[in-house]
Amino acid sequence: MNEAAIRWISGPVLRAVTRDPFRIHEAVQVGPKGVLGEVIRLNGEEITVQLFEDGTGLKPGDPVHGQAAPLSVRLGPGLLGNIFDGLLRSLGGEGRDFLLPGRFVLPAGRFHLTPLVAPGRILKGGDPFAEARHHPDAHTFQLCLVPPDRAGEVVTMASRGEYADDETVLTLRDGQGRSVEVAMSHAWPVRTPRPVARRLPADPPLLTGQRILDCLFPVARGGKAMVPGGFGTGKTVLLETIAKWCDAEVIVYLGCGERGNEMAGVLDEFPRLEDPKTGRPLMERMVVIANTSNMPVAAREASVYTGITVAEYFRDQGLRVALMADSTSRWAEALREVSGRLGELPGEGGYPAYLSTRLAEFYERAARVTTLAGKNGSLTVMGAVSPPSSDFSEPVTIHTKRYVRNFWALDRKRAQARFYPAIDPIASYSEDADVLALWWSKQGAPAWTEQRRRFLTLLEEQIRLERMARILGKDALPPGQQLTLLCAELVNDGFLRQSAFSVKDRYASPRKQTRMMGLLTRFMDRAEAAVNAGIAVERIAALPVLRRLQRMGEDIAEEEYDRFDALEQMLEADFGALSGPSGEEKPS
Amino acid sequence: MTVQADLFCADAVTRIEGPLVFAQRRVEVGLNEAVEVIGTDGRVRLGRVAAVDETYMTIETLESTSGLTLAGTRIRFVGEPVTFALGPGILGRVFDGVGRVLDGGPPVAAKMRVSIDGAIINPMRRAKPEDFIETGISAIDTLDSLVRGQKLPIFSGGGLPHNRLAVDIALHARLRSGESEPFAIVFAGIGVPYDQAEAFRKSLETGGALGHTALFLNLASDSSAQRLLTPRFALTAAEYLAYVEGRHVLVIITDMTNYCEALREVSASHGEIPSRKGYPGYMYSDLATLYERAGRILGRPGSVTQIPILTMPADDITHPIPDLTGYITEGQITLDRKLDRAGVYPPIGVLPSLSRLMKDGIGEGFTHPDHPALANQLYAAYARTMGVRLLAGVVGAEGLTPTDRLFLEFGKQFESRFVAQPEGSRTLEESMAVGWELLRGLPETELARLSDEQIKRYLRKPAADG
Ligand SMILES: Nc1ncnc2c1ncn2[C@@H]1O[C@H](COP(=O)(O)OP(=O)(O)O)[C@@H](O)[C@H]1O
Ligand SMILES: [Mg+2]
Repeated sequence: MNEAAIRWISGPVLRAVTRDPFRIHEAVQVGPKGVLGEVIRLNGEEITVQLFEDGTGLKPGDPVHGQAAPLSVRLGPGLLGNIFDGLLRSLGGEGRDFLLPGRFVLPAGRFHLTPLVAPGRILKGGDPFAEARHHPDAHTFQLCLVPPDRAGEVVTMASRGEYADDETVLTLRDGQGRSVEVAMSHAWPVRTPRPVARRLPADPPLLTGQRILDCLFPVARGGKAMVPGGFGTGKTVLLETIAKWCDAEVIVYLGCGERGNEMAGVLDEFPRLEDPKTGRPLMERMVVIANTSNMPVAAREASVYTGITVAEYFRDQGLRVALMADSTSRWAEALREVSGRLGELPGEGGYPAYLSTRLAEFYERAARVTTLAGKNGSLTVMGAVSPPSSDFSEPVTIHTKRYVRNFWALDRKRAQARFYPAIDPIASYSEDADVLALWWSKQGAPAWTEQRRRFLTLLEEQIRLERMARILGKDALPPGQQLTLLCAELVNDGFLRQSAFSVKDRYASPRKQTRMMGLLTRFMDRAEAAVNAGIAVERIAALPVLRRLQRMGEDIAEEEYDRFDALEQMLEADFGALSGPSGEEKPS
Repeated sequence: MTVQADLFCADAVTRIEGPLVFAQRRVEVGLNEAVEVIGTDGRVRLGRVAAVDETYMTIETLESTSGLTLAGTRIRFVGEPVTFALGPGILGRVFDGVGRVLDGGPPVAAKMRVSIDGAIINPMRRAKPEDFIETGISAIDTLDSLVRGQKLPIFSGGGLPHNRLAVDIALHARLRSGESEPFAIVFAGIGVPYDQAEAFRKSLETGGALGHTALFLNLASDSSAQRLLTPRFALTAAEYLAYVEGRHVLVIITDMTNYCEALREVSASHGEIPSRKGYPGYMYSDLATLYERAGRILGRPGSVTQIPILTMPADDITHPIPDLTGYITEGQITLDRKLDRAGVYPPIGVLPSLSRLMKDGIGEGFTHPDHPALANQLYAAYARTMGVRLLAGVVGAEGLTPTDRLFLEFGKQFESRFVAQPEGSRTLEESMAVGWELLRGLPETELARLSDEQIKRYLRKPAADG
């Protein structure tokens, strides 16, 4: 193995002398404690290393051991339901209240293996060869895959039974006649995207259960979305809510440079929540990767790649995967810090010139694909962006915007009024919406596109009219425009507002969403007709049904569709009564 | 062979530049280890090893290098990072910014020595903060509740009564269960003028809290490099009191703006490329290593709650100091100059204030079942009031609809009767009762955040049953 000796050290960077052939990005362990690091520059006999952990106490002369491989993580059945640091080291283990630098090896997990192949079978990279279970009779299992860069004919396959996840259970003979040993888990370098057979066009939506997203700014499976917003506008709660209720099969939640208490909150809450589809604790479909803001910065830079590599691994099993990264800005800042230490020329905002490329490479790893094994899988990526001073014209926001298809902008004003989710319906957009319209129409919501367009126009019109009202006074607006304001407020309150903490409303099925959209559209139609027939807007504003519509999201639970029917009757009756005494409105 | 620590090294200094001392390395020394730089004047200056190579080392002194000479300056190596010797005796004592006794009393009997950088709390071992702390302040208790283990800064401005507010909170803070669990206050003054530090000490004394308070004072006249250590010493003391002695510790740090200025100064002296407004690019991470030292740990009895105070330069919340702080802390209490001018105390600007951990500590089983809805509706109504005020500013109150006029009135009452509390501290029940009463002034149809049940139960009934 490669070895070097420290010559100079300052902060998280060291230089060491060596005669050995180190490589760029080779993982290293430094000093007596084995502090982890990575080679970031080669120069003659000198290597430059950045440390992923605190290097206090390291001195000139201390050894640097090369690991003969780029920074890699072990992917296997032990990931689901667990929490790891940015280098995919488990944070579990007894008595570890505080994290100290240096080697920490958690013993390999043991799993029940059910073989899927027999000797003689030819396996390609990425092919499943066994199922792994926590208990012999567990319903849920994970597939064990041949590493993407290995292949060959099965020579031996372990029989059903319990094995350590890093123990050889399969041997292959490859094309050159060499023997290849395969365990349930395998290592993969985090900065290298895992290969796929084919990338597929975006098709069905990733349903989030959030009305403003699914109906106004939907994201496709394999899509990419960004959530920019100043502090306290709701990035974390939004991503967590999507992690809880979206219809992905595996969630990789990456806390990148954010709060320790938020990670603790996830660990506290997710095991207690049930997946509405499987009835299993939500935690069982999660992998949490935590590099909190007080953990070393270099590991933060790596954690994003760790997260997406783990997500790709599940995608390769033919699963629907969603990755939430909170916050990608902290990653970009880590990149900036590392670059600064290397003395690279700073670009905009001090970020290195390759910021844009790195962002592109990261988001490019999101896709709907045919896996090497020929199955369909998808990886949807959603990244929070934390713009300094909430200024959306800063480099990370601007460059991320170039590579994502969905822009979910959070608005401070809405957040301050405790109007959640505080997604700004004017600044936000979805480039996936057109493709996804087809899905909604197949689901029995053919009016989806039309209603969506109508809501969006209404909300835009509201901004314009409010500006006018600020000059003229609301009363000076003609009745039609006053009605527009009333309807826009109703769409905001009765549809877009959705508390993540309301048990009835935190998740809305497509059916509930469609029903609500339909009711609001019906209200607008009847109200317009009424106003055209000369009925005063104040009378419409005083209709009892209005309050019912404003609150229908939180008042009516998923299963209570009869209450929506009752609401519709009330709506018709209220409008009927309006035209009653004065008798002016024509029946529609 | 070089020799191990705890020894002197004389005449090794080759260059002094700002806080940095460059010296030949004649002993074995590791990164970040503490040293003492002793000048010919006999003064001992604390420092740490910022860089080492085979023959040289760079020492960052944490106190002024003024008066140092190349010849004759001695360096003593401690052989470990900067530590703080701690024992139960730190309560009731006053320390300088680097943990040296300042009150003329005897040294503290040490039970243990701990690195001041603190260790990273394993997120998996954090206990969820959810114990509601009653501060006696309506705007905080009702709308932005504080819980044990939270870091909730006060965003203030020059001349606003943030120090008074911090003392009020410190003296009043209690659990609603009335249980008396051991608690303590750690106060860190960073770059504060002497009279301010003294005023703080006095009010804690008057409040009878001095006996369980440890004070750390880095005065305005102390070196700026030392300011970087003061909160670290204070937090190390707090962690000791919490996790070793089992106390619930409230840490008040004032003024974080001075800390950030010192960080900028030291970074510039290292020749680092500055980021926004000259502050170093790592300011976010650096602040996080302080703020993240709030919390609770599973299986340990105590907690560390932080109330850092910062003054926003030019009252600008988008300035890097409040901005980065807000990205790390669990909310913020923002003080408002307009309210202060109007004589409102505490002048809490409600809309830009937030407590992210509130939802875990209020409601059914924690405070009152109607608490979340009340807070939500008050926020929505007050936000709407702001819009109406804008409108009224242009078209005049006469141009408003009757409903809008009710909101104007609501806003006025909200500020003068709910936010302002001239009568002193209120219980949560008293605060909530005022809140419900104000909502009664608005038409029920406008209260979309309340369910019918809540309207019937809490709004229509007099506040008698709480
Ligand atoms: N969808 C939501 N529903 C209810 N409350 C929310 C929602 N989003 C945000 N909040 C509230 O706003 C606070 C701040 O949100 P958070 O996601 O932590 O902000 P950010 O990550 O953008 O700083 C939360 O603590 C919560 O009280
Ligand atoms: Mg957040």
